[in-house]
Amino acid sequence: MTLTPKDMLLFAVVFGLIVLTGFLQSWNVALGIVNMGLISAIMALGVNMQWGYAGLFNIGVMGFVALGGLGAVIVSMPPVGEAWAVGGLRVVGGLLLGLLTIVAAAVTWNRLPKGKTRAAAMVVILAVGFFAFRAVFDAGVTAVEAIDPATTGYLGGLGLPVIIGWPVGALLAAGAAWVVGKTALGLRSDYLAIATLGIAEIIIAVLKNEDWLARGVKNVIGIPRPAPVPYEIDLQQSGGFVERMTGWGFDPMTASAITVKLAYMGLFLAVLALLLWLAQSALNSPWGRMMRAIRDNEVAAEAMGKDVTARHLQIFILGSAVCGLAGAMMTTLDGQLTPGTYQPLRFTFLVWVMVIVGGSGNNFGAVLGGFLIWFLWVMVEPIGQNLIGLITAGMADGSWLKDHLLDSAAHMRLLTMGLILLLVLRFSPRGLIPER
Amino acid sequence: MDFLNAFVALANFVIVPAIAYGSQLALGALGVTLIYGILRFSNFAHGDTMAFGAMATILMTWFLQGLGVSFGPLPTALLALPVGIAATALLVLATDRAVYRFYRQQKAAPVILVIVSMGVMFVMNGIVRFIIGVDDQQFADGARFIISARDFRTMTGLDEGLAIKSTAALTVVVAVIVVAALFWFLNKTRTGKSMRAFSDNEDLALLSGINPERVVAITWIIVAGLATIAGVLYGLDKSFKPFTYFQLLLPIFASAIVGGLGNPLGAIAGGFIIAFSEVMVTYAFKKVAGYVLPESLQPDGLLQLLSTDYKFAVSFGILIIVLLFRPTGLFKGKAV
Repeated sequence: MTLTPKDMLLFAVVFGLIVLTGFLQSWNVALGIVNMGLISAIMALGVNMQWGYAGLFNIGVMGFVALGGLGAVIVSMPPVGEAWAVGGLRVVGGLLLGLLTIVAAAVTWNRLPKGKTRAAAMVVILAVGFFAFRAVFDAGVTAVEAIDPATTGYLGGLGLPVIIGWPVGALLAAGAAWVVGKTALGLRSDYLAIATLGIAEIIIAVLKNEDWLARGVKNVIGIPRPAPVPYEIDLQQSGGFVERMTGWGFDPMTASAITVKLAYMGLFLAVLALLLWLAQSALNSPWGRMMRAIRDNEVAAEAMGKDVTARHLQIFILGSAVCGLAGAMMTTLDGQLTPGTYQPLRFTFLVWVMVIVGGSGNNFGAVLGGFLIWFLWVMVEPIGQNLIGLITAGMADGSWLKDHLLDSAAHMRLLTMGLILLLVLRFSPRGLIPER
Repeated sequence: MDFLNAFVALANFVIVPAIAYGSQLALGALGVTLIYGILRFSNFAHGDTMAFGAMATILMTWFLQGLGVSFGPLPTALLALPVGIAATALLVLATDRAVYRFYRQQKAAPVILVIVSMGVMFVMNGIVRFIIGVDDQQFADGARFIISARDFRTMTGLDEGLAIKSTAALTVVVAVIVVAALFWFLNKTRTGKSMRAFSDNEDLALLSGINPERVVAITWIIVAGLATIAGVLYGLDKSFKPFTYFQLLLPIFASAIVGGLGNPLGAIAGGFIIAFSEVMVTYAFKKVAGYVLPESLQPDGLLQLLSTDYKFAVSFGILIIVLLFRPTGLFKGKAV
């Protein structure tokens, strides 16, 4: 499929809005919006695969995004040698033991004949395995977390280039998606929604509390940048750069920030282009047609010999992996992993609004939605402040209502995004760029 | 070996809190399950409906407290409850008229309704935050304890104290009354019977002249009542914070699914199963073991299976187990 003139116009409008921000506010802000817009577009692509291609309702996007961020951390951060020495083996051994327990329990369940013995055997294996896991694991964790808790207190990463962390983040997300999909797919659609909601909360709880893994709420900061992206401080100290920028009439400080953002933009743009190409080819291949056939009529597709549950699992894992990739990219862009900031509103719901507004089932729609909604998300807050300011302008200073309204302006986002979703679903359910 | 003290410690830290929490979950799960039975979708806005109901009640409570009204040893919030329920009923009826009815008439797929309910959830959440803010609100007044730990100790002479918060007792009493009234309504009244008929077989119910819009409206009003009561009881027992109500969504849905979606009896059983597992798995049993086990077998650790930060993992784990082995729930629910 190709883009119609109307679609081109829509993209041009969003592009124009961002350029306008550049002229009216600053290019730094505009490029910031573009970079997060690119990441949002990738998240929206992932959700669009699940919802648009296959009709799967995933409200755990936040969890998969956070797992992607974890991937970036454990690949790129330098390893903490001392922590590995005191407790690394115990932690890894404990985790392996836990995994072994689950595998053993599953094998027992599948191999033994049905009956009371089977249930009893599985419970015994799980119980023994759990206590063995705690015995090995806990001591390791205490030891690791005691190593210089103010700066490290965790195992660190592998010290590899952060770009490698992107596919690793995608793999982590895919793994979590496999676990959820394996249990909740093939049942009613609502069950997948509830299971994904749960796994997202649990992933965030793990990231917040397992300090040995990624320092929990103490945050991992200073994640190394990918190779082609320079550091502002280096640019400002390199004589050639300052000379060139002053020669072109720019302030070197601003110019260095913009150069960094442009480098990120190039990198993200390449990833998005590749993913978009892959997603488009997949959608237009026999596989993509099969997916849509399954979505539109599961019974008929099953009658044609398609394994609906297996295909659903496949696309669910793929879509979650794309979300994980976007999460790893976002953590790289921020240079830090802050589990406390993962909010379902920001990372699950907003992405859904992007997909629905952009046009579910259409990859270009998802990309457009990603940019447009991110732009609105950034802009709603100042607009809301202004609006409230305008409403309260006539009120007496210091009246409780005025103060209350001014304080509450920050919550306008929830309301606005909820309303946008409801209105689009009601009046234009196919979105801005509908499926063709 | 001191079983009496062990039992009192267990009752104090596990049984009493779990019964109170279980009653709150059961009331929440009843609301979810009713919507599922009659309107046939999972209502993700339920947690925020609870938050809205609690908020309306809190505002009314403050107003009453400002007037100097009090309810003796009972919390003033009970007096404010009818106002809260009315406000919530108006809100959900308006939501139904403005949002859900359109999709019902279109016979939209349930998953569309779930997405729509997610939109409603955020609008409601926005309204609650807009009106009352995101902070903790305390609104419990009246007597704090029925028996405090110290009184219990002097009364019985045991080492362990058993404290029963009046809010916990109140929760259980109110929950029992509400559930009894609900079951009486569903089983004995004409309207209740028409609701069950509608839930069992929509077409047949329509043929026998049951007005679907009336059934739907009554369901929403009942759900508003259940949600408000559950929200207020939870807020009285713990504290009111909008975000915690969103997080309650998972245990509530787990309760409803464990019991079997669409089955009111199952929702109550599910609520208690989830509450007891959550409290027991996250409780450190060291103290109880200290009384029961002989000196030589004393454990070193806390005997805590999971830290309390992972209490959501418990409801999730139970949910997964039920989905794997018995997707219709323990009591026969409506759907697979």
